[in-house]
Amino acid sequence: MAALLEVDHLRIEFPTRRGTLLAVDDVSFQIGEGEVLGVVGESGAGKSLTGTAVIGLLEPPGRIAAGEIRLMGRRIDNLPYEEMRKIRGKQIGAVFQDPLTSLNPLYSVGRQLIETIQTHTDMTPTRARARAIELLHEVGIPAAERRIDHYPHQFSGGMRQRVVIALALCVNPKLVIADEPTTALDVSIQAQIIALLKRLCREHGTAIMLITHDMGVIAETADRVAVMYAGRIAEIGPVRSVIKDAKHPYSHGLMGSIPKINDEKERLEQIEGSMPRLTEIPPGCAFNPRCPHTFDRCRIERPELMDTGVTRASCWLYANG
Amino acid sequence: MAETKSALVKVAGLARYFDVSLPWLNRVLDGQPRQILRAVDGIDFEINKGETLALVGESGCGKSTVARMVVGLYRPSMGSIVFDGVDMAGLGGRAEMAPIRRRLQMIFQDPYASLNPRWRVGAIVSEPIRAFKLIDDEAAIQERVGQLLRQVGLSPVDGHKYPHEFSGGQRQRISIARALSSQPEFLVCDEPTSALDVSVQAQILNLMKDLQRRLGLTYLFISHNLAVVRHIADRVGVMYLGRLAEIGPKQTVFALPRHPYTRMLLDTIPDLDMTGRQRTPVAGEVPNPINPPTGCAFHPRCPFANDRCKTERPEPKPNDTGSITACHAVEEGRLPAGPLTAAA
Ligand SMILES: Nc1ncnc2c1ncn2[C@@H]1O[C@H](COP(=O)(O)OP(=O)(O)OP(=O)(O)O)[C@@H](O)[C@H]1O
Ligand SMILES: Nc1ncnc2c1ncn2[C@@H]1O[C@H](COP(=O)(O)OP(=O)(O)OP(=O)(O)O)[C@@H](O)[C@H]1O
Ligand code: SF4
Ligand code: SF4
Ligand SMILES: [Mg+2]
Ligand SMILES: [Mg+2]
Repeated sequence: MAALLEVDHLRIEFPTRRGTLLAVDDVSFQIGEGEVLGVVGESGAGKSLTGTAVIGLLEPPGRIAAGEIRLMGRRIDNLPYEEMRKIRGKQIGAVFQDPLTSLNPLYSVGRQLIETIQTHTDMTPTRARARAIELLHEVGIPAAERRIDHYPHQFSGGMRQRVVIALALCVNPKLVIADEPTTALDVSIQAQIIALLKRLCREHGTAIMLITHDMGVIAETADRVAVMYAGRIAEIGPVRSVIKDAKHPYSHGLMGSIPKINDEKERLEQIEGSMPRLTEIPPGCAFNPRCPHTFDRCRIERPELMDTGVTRASCWLYANG
Repeated sequence: MAETKSALVKVAGLARYFDVSLPWLNRVLDGQPRQILRAVDGIDFEINKGETLALVGESGCGKSTVARMVVGLYRPSMGSIVFDGVDMAGLGGRAEMAPIRRRLQMIFQDPYASLNPRWRVGAIVSEPIRAFKLIDDEAAIQERVGQLLRQVGLSPVDGHKYPHEFSGGQRQRISIARALSSQPEFLVCDEPTSALDVSVQAQILNLMKDLQRRLGLTYLFISHNLAVVRHIADRVGVMYLGRLAEIGPKQTVFALPRHPYTRMLLDTIPDLDMTGRQRTPVAGEVPNPINPPTGCAFHPRCPFANDRCKTERPEPKPNDTGSITACHAVEEGRLPAGPLTAAA
């Protein structure tokens, strides 16, 4: 079975006066139909850019410098704007980190939902309005039939995000790129949104690329996880193995720094230092200045993804399988 | 009484109502009444100097509105906010506010909207220094900016860049550097780490604790992440629909939660251990804040609700653990002490 989404050797660059920044460097992964791929990793690692490239919304001067993105076998990274816009409308939905980028402050949320529904179906205005209320209800907005006429600024941060999710669901897409969809939501609504996302996968076979910092959400939702670091995939594998038994020293440290509800430490474990600036990515393994296991080879040669048993990690510790 | 810790911030009867009525004409045509949303509806708390009070609660319960009132971005509809003995509501113009404003700063939920995209990071971070005329010498300002950026894990050269050149997490560090630049005593942090990955979050939370210890900072910390709250807070307030359901020392609230809502929230914590435990699905949904349930606003979702709960609003009272709860069942002693799950 061919994967729904295939990303091959993706490379995203930003030409700047200070030289070309390589923000996503040789990233490859696949997402199967109805599968949830979690994407985690340090802030600035290139998670959002990768998602943005998949939906064709990369903003200049950012550009795809190499690699291919295919949806159901069809190449979509080099399509003209109009064609990509149609794919975005029908096959790929998006929920962004910042709900305000997806909502027009001048229109009521109802008008935005109804317009989106009517662009992609031939529903009557009355039917579309009913559907919009249904969607708002589905994402947990209380008194949806009244709130529908309110404007985005009248909603709390979390409720705005639920409206955005409703917008993305209007068209029953094949793939949803969800960038921090539950970040602004409290745990109880999160549980509802996660249940909603899972139901989508199950009932409509929708696949989800779920970008989030929330490992709890990943643990409950994702089938597989990709851990990104400095524009590269550090480790990718089944969710359980990556969370419980990460092999790459970075993913291991990442899992260690999660605050846990039942242990009380004065300080959280932290990975010392910070991710290198894009202009200063060290040669060899990008993690080598922070890694407790660095050895000579790490400073010279870049590790490709290697088999570690269950997961695959780009780390020389696993050079012999 | 000399031994009691001094409260830096005292909030009493704080409320904020929003008029969310339809435009006048629609109201008349549809025959709809004016609609008032009680985002915050009478809450009291104190924060001692050098301590952290965390507010938790579901989306829309009014946490950000409290934060915004405390720093003076929203005017309270009712109630008082006393900062270091000064009633902020009594302060008139900008000039009177300025000396207080310098001492309290806010870090927002949204690192995208809170940084001016046309300003360089150096200008953003130094803005409070200039606005409050804290340092005059330009070279000294630049040096301070470099120091602040380093303090939050960025580099002094980042001062020459624009916000769009940074990722979400990096932008939140810029907001923190900016907030620290006027050397405030009190920081209101509205979801300061929810846009950050866990490794940076760990660094920022550790940083905030270090800064608190070093500079004696006081925090009002808003988060929906209970694990984060457990880590950072000294005291925890649980909000529901604009009111405080429970407030008390962190250890007590987490170990001996009394309010049924607190127990429900603790039950919805995501399961990282993947022991196969399903999250207890939340019973019911957050009610409409425009038309909240009568009596105890939690009664439609509460397994212990009785007739009294439907009509009489519970007032905050100390319970057997020493925290304060607003719940009839707790007051009447008819709640089992153990976890809610067993009872529900
Ligand atoms: N317009 C731009 N110009 C220059 N660099 C950029 C631009 N947009 C993004 N970058 C850089 O690309 C890198 C990847 O950014 P991206 O937004 O994908 O990170 P992320 O992994 O989503 O981080 P976060 O978790 O903080 O959202 C960052 O280092 C960022 O600074
Ligand atoms: N300017 C406003 N006009 C009208 N209603 C508002 C306004 N600001 C907030 N509200 C309403 O007040 C209530 C509380 O909002 P607030 O932003 O304080 O919630 P919150 O607890 O911070 O939620 P979240 O966790 O989603 O950020 C919500 O019902 C919201 O819709
Ligand atoms: S390749 Fe070397 S430096 Fe990189 S993660 Fe593995 S051991 Fe550490
Ligand atoms: S007052 Fe009644 S309804 Fe409200 S939380 Fe207590 S028992 Fe439940
Ligand atoms: Mg991002
Ligand atoms: Mg908020």
